[in-house]
Amino acid sequence: MGEMKNVTYRVRLFDPNRDAAPHWESFAVPYVAGMTVLDGLWKIKELHAPGLAWRSSCRMGVCGSCGMLINGRPGLACNTQISELRSTAVAVAPLPNFAIIRDLVPDLAPMIARHQELKPYIVRDDVQERENPTGEFFQSAHELEQYLQFSYCIKCGCCMAACPTYATDPEYSGPMPLAQAHRYNADTRDGGFAARKTALGGEAGPWRCHYAGECSRVCPKGVDPAKAIQLMKRELVMDYLHLHKKRCPAKVAPKPSSPRREGIPEAPAKTV
Amino acid sequence: MLEPTRAFKNRLGLWGWLGGGRWGYERYLYTLHRLTGLGLLAYFLLHIVVTSSRAISPERWNSAMASVSGPLFTIGEYLVFVAFAFHAINGVRLAIIELGWGVGAPIEPVYPYRTSVDVQRPLAIVALLLAGVLVVLGGLSFFVLGQR
Amino acid sequence: MRDQKLWTWHIAAGAVILVLLGMHMTVMHLDRLVHFAGLNPAGGHPVDWANVVERGKSAAFMVTYVLLLGAALFHGLYGLRNILLELNPPGILKKAIGAVLLIAGLGLFAFGTWAAVAGHALARTF
Repeated sequence: MGEMKNVTYRVRLFDPNRDAAPHWESFAVPYVAGMTVLDGLWKIKELHAPGLAWRSSCRMGVCGSCGMLINGRPGLACNTQISELRSTAVAVAPLPNFAIIRDLVPDLAPMIARHQELKPYIVRDDVQERENPTGEFFQSAHELEQYLQFSYCIKCGCCMAACPTYATDPEYSGPMPLAQAHRYNADTRDGGFAARKTALGGEAGPWRCHYAGECSRVCPKGVDPAKAIQLMKRELVMDYLHLHKKRCPAKVAPKPSSPRREGIPEAPAKTV
Repeated sequence: MLEPTRAFKNRLGLWGWLGGGRWGYERYLYTLHRLTGLGLLAYFLLHIVVTSSRAISPERWNSAMASVSGPLFTIGEYLVFVAFAFHAINGVRLAIIELGWGVGAPIEPVYPYRTSVDVQRPLAIVALLLAGVLVVLGGLSFFVLGQR
Repeated sequence: MRDQKLWTWHIAAGAVILVLLGMHMTVMHLDRLVHFAGLNPAGGHPVDWANVVERGKSAAFMVTYVLLLGAALFHGLYGLRNILLELNPPGILKKAIGAVLLIAGLGLFAFGTWAAVAGHALARTF
């Protein structure tokens, strides 16, 4: 890739005020070593197409705004080096399985709406403690590990674009909402398994996942939603067989009775 | 916010089942599992009807068997056998995975990520090898040893 | 709620089919390689009438055939239902698909059970 001067971007454009359908357009972009796909889009905006529309924000792979279809694979534009595509042709299209609002901007609202329906927050009976906390919840390192991986989700939508079931079936929740529902089911501070079960036992549940595994392969943060969904299936099957261990949500750690622990030597006198 | 009617529908549809980009092997195993399942179902529904003739009389049975003999049908039955070998062994793999056993425990994601797809890869390879052995044994039995 | 239960039975049925259909395939197609004593006693092809009669006489065989029939019909038709519903048909069609598959499944199960029982009775007369 060393002596490459230009790369050719093929961008899928769609202006709802002008076009009936999306179309491809090519742009020559001067290449500098270390350029990401997102850098190229900014160059196109500067040199060729000032009206090009996309979402981006942090440009470092933590906000989840710039999910796009890059050379046939969903990924973050800011996280994808042009050199790793191993080609001078870069094809950029909006994430599939979402309606296109304009150019590279997908309509993620259905995904967010389903995500909200599956209660992605701590659900507990002791509402008083939630609203006015008196202390921390007990949680061991092992308990943290059970859901930590799934909490890294940045809601970019790449997994939804890669899922074969979501490609045909809008009723299916998709990897992100399901993995996030499992993130809360697996969190020992949460007592909401029964509340989520009503939705998860039916069409919105993980039953239409057949482990194609693409969601985990494209996830830019290593969240592994496929794993979360299979673990959730096990939990729900155990629940159907009445073998599910009803976990009490984590207890509040009591505040220590005295502000200072016993048996600690006093600090030496100040010298300054 | 753009009205929903102005936004352009962009689902992959069936192309998302058959492959639309640089997908991994497990995605093709999923497609193959569906195809073999449908093939087996179609054969099975006809099979119920054809083999019910054994409840009527030996003459009906023999004429039913005669109508499904011949080289074309032998090859067809071998294909059903192959479909069963793949669907059953891959089905065992899917049952193990979808009940949460072959996917690994939740871990802190450290780049390059080792996902559940990587963890179950040895299982997939073993499953395909087993299915391959069955296919070969079946081929031996069907075409070399003269079994129907 | 429903899918949680149906899917669990789908997997259970798959396990049943693995064993029973595996045996059926071995008896029918791998007989030259793995010869189960007493399952193709008349030699020749497994589908010769003599062999069919010998297997048909056994009540245990009849029971396993009916079990396999039920498990395979449920497993296959539930899979077909999933494939059809994932193609996102309009609402009325969804209900129709469910109803048609259920009726077809029950009908074929009744027919197949009759064939198994009547076949057993016929075999006993030979």
